[in-house]
Amino acid sequence: MEGDLVQMGAYIGAGLACIGMGGAGIGVGHVAGNYLSGALRNPSAAPGQTAFLFIGIAFAEALGIFSFLVALLLMFAV
Amino acid sequence: MADANGGLNIRPMDQFEVRPLFGGDTVGMFTITNVTLWMALAVVSVVLLMVVGSRGRALVPTRSQSVAELTYSFIYKMVEDVSGKDAVRFFPYVMTIFLFVFFSNVLGLIPFAFTPTSHIAVTAVLALAVFITVTVLGFVLHGTSFLKLFWVDSAPLALRPVLALIELISYFVRPVSHSIRLAGAMMAGHAVAKVFAGFAAALGAAFFIPILAVTALYALELLVAVIQAYVFTILTCVYLKDALHPHH
Repeated sequence: MEGDLVQMGAYIGAGLACIGMGGAGIGVGHVAGNYLSGALRNPSAAPGQTAFLFIGIAFAEALGIFSFLVALLLMFAV
Repeated sequence: MADANGGLNIRPMDQFEVRPLFGGDTVGMFTITNVTLWMALAVVSVVLLMVVGSRGRALVPTRSQSVAELTYSFIYKMVEDVSGKDAVRFFPYVMTIFLFVFFSNVLGLIPFAFTPTSHIAVTAVLALAVFITVTVLGFVLHGTSFLKLFWVDSAPLALRPVLALIELISYFVRPVSHSIRLAGAMMAGHAVAKVFAGFAAALGAAFFIPILAVTALYALELLVAVIQAYVFTILTCVYLKDALHPHH
């Protein structure tokens, strides 16, 4: 019984951790959308900034990956 | 996760199991496992691409030579653009990281293959190597003035200690996010593909719907494999830039 309760809590927590993905989605979309609107205003400057696009996406994505990590820890390590 | 009495029996995490290749079931320090095999295959692919590609040294490159040249100049330009001209002496290191991660990711997409980069143990070693290199390099080149990296001169004086704390935390989180990003992206992608493939087996007559989805997903995974290798490399370049030019 006690173990079942802990298991249940871990599964609910893992599901809740997936909400973090939404945050990462907002962040990545914000970076990519702003890049696109900037690129459409000044297309000649766009190729030089793709590196920053990917760096920005990577930083935004890292936090979503942290929530994935929390979910994994709850599923397999608790 | 999956119940034994009927229903879906998909075990998406089983593909990441580390198994000894030649019998036995204990994995020790020097056991040859499937991770060892696929890392070795990645290294063999790198050697094949670069050695075979540069063997001809033709003025008009053959196909393999132009792929090798494109990769070389792409990474060279990345190091030069992101880390600055004086970072070019670290180009071999960055190139090694890129090619190893790239081939580990892409070879892992072959069905029944194993992806070494889906294990945090593998990516953590790569990320820690970068972190330690960059930190030691910063202190060797700049001495204690490397610590100015954490002291933002352009901010108001009252804010500086707070910013220093935040910068310090973000500096030590670097190896964590650097390694988990790669491992997480690889692991999640492969697990999703496995789950969709399991749907195809469970749906019977309507199997073609998940198979179409898996095909699309596979294309996305190829993109992710290349982009994650690119991102890992470009972040290495960014950290290198911080070590070489710590002043904001």
